Amino acid sequence: MTEQMARLPDPTSPIVSLRDVGKVFASGVRALDGLGLDVRAGEFVSLLGPSGCGKSTALRIIAGLSEASEGSVAWADGADAGPGHIGFVFQEPTLMPWADVAANVRLPLELAHADDAPARQAVARALERVGLAEFAGAYPRELSGGMKMRASIARALVTEPELLLMDEPFAALDEITRFKLNDDLLTLWQELRRTVIFVTHSVFESVYLSQRIVVMTPRPGRVFAEIVIPAGYPRDESFRTSAEYAGFCREVAETLARALRAAS
Amino acid sequence: MSERALRIALPILVLVLVLLAWDLVVRAFAIPPYVLPGPGAVFGALIGDRALLWNSLLVTLSITFEGFLLAAVGGVLLAVAFNQWRLVEYSFYPYAVILQVTPVVAIAPLLLIYLPQPLAVLVCAWIVAFFPVLANTTLGLNSVDHNLLALFDLYKASRWQVLWHLKLPAALPQMLAGLRIAGGLSLIGAVVAEIAAGSAGAGSGLAYRIAESGYRLNISRMFAALLLLSLAGVAIFFVLSAVSHLALRRWHESAVRRER
Repeated sequence: MTEQMARLPDPTSPIVSLRDVGKVFASGVRALDGLGLDVRAGEFVSLLGPSGCGKSTALRIIAGLSEASEGSVAWADGADAGPGHIGFVFQEPTLMPWADVAANVRLPLELAHADDAPARQAVARALERVGLAEFAGAYPRELSGGMKMRASIARALVTEPELLLMDEPFAALDEITRFKLNDDLLTLWQELRRTVIFVTHSVFESVYLSQRIVVMTPRPGRVFAEIVIPAGYPRDESFRTSAEYAGFCREVAETLARALRAAS
Repeated sequence: MSERALRIALPILVLVLVLLAWDLVVRAFAIPPYVLPGPGAVFGALIGDRALLWNSLLVTLSITFEGFLLAAVGGVLLAVAFNQWRLVEYSFYPYAVILQVTPVVAIAPLLLIYLPQPLAVLVCAWIVAFFPVLANTTLGLNSVDHNLLALFDLYKASRWQVLWHLKLPAALPQMLAGLRIAGGLSLIGAVVAEIAAGSAGAGSGLAYRIAESGYRLNISRMFAALLLLSLAGVAIFFVLSAVSHLALRRWHESAVRRER
């Protein structure tokens, strides 16, 4: 464990910094304009904004899946965007339907030609963490939406990445399942102390999960405001029903409304 | 009667009625067997000529099988090549289409001039059968979930890893659908070529038997051979459907049994 702690970059300096990042698609649509963002090691940050504000695009640029048209993405010393350092959870579970859960979770290790025994262990550990240990042999179509998403999270965690990028992962789930996964995600985050960048369009979700919320303007996306949620962890049902939580939600919702007005 | 029982009973009932009507018409109008034999005569030919017909069936089936195998391998390899190298696709795809849209009946006589007869028949079977494999596999390879592609990209997967771990399994349902079509088509290709070759002489497949029996006015044997060809086609279809079902039963919606 100490070895893993030592691997993490200095918590006071950002693990990744975006400076004046712009993105123009081939169609001429400008998705991002002058986006600046610092994410510190171990932090839970949400990008909040309306659909089509470029928050997913920003996440893909951080992941290296998309190239920024302007600006720069800088990584802390010792961290890089290479495979194994980033876990990505898509909006859909994005599982391979022909492979069982264990094989899906194992994929990142398989692609890196990992040895069999450690890979097996890593898969078992990742499945244990998301509560899917009993479903290792199940096929994706046999799972509920929530369980598919858990499998997807296990796959992102299997390489023990320093940075976990999540692109509206729970948007398609029902509220009960979403609350449960929110709780489990927070538990995981506290256990693992990795950095999470979470994209969402839900004010309530972003307040519940994050230490810091970055509110973005609609297309072209840029940072409108940053709001720190000072409430401590663990957060649970009592936090979700507290007046404190309601107050933060109101503040964030008002900021988001101002961001929308500022754009129009 | 249950839905399932009806699905079996009704076609059998239709068959029995048609056979009875056929027999009745032949008897009532005293139609001579060199014009239209009754079902009994056809059955008689099937039994009486069984050695001859069986050998011909084996010849046709083995050519069909070889043509199918070449079409399967060729179609899949070509689809993979098209998918991996854009320029190969641009260069050859139009010719694959041309080969497909030109009626094989018209190509067969030409092939028979340049190739020895068994090879010409095989090439005909291949020409008709490879295209559905190529077209369907290409479609499958190109319709991979783009998020999964992004995931492979994120983990720096090589081209071949993407092909082997992602594109080929993703294309499997379409590939199998193509193979199912190709099975029937390779039989058609073999028969067409044999018929074309039949007039040129040598040959011993079922289609050749049909042509030959036609010249001899042995209509019963024509019907018997035709019946065997149909049964062969049905058997090929069932075998390929079963293979497809076995390969997909755990994960693909088309093969999963659903409770209602």
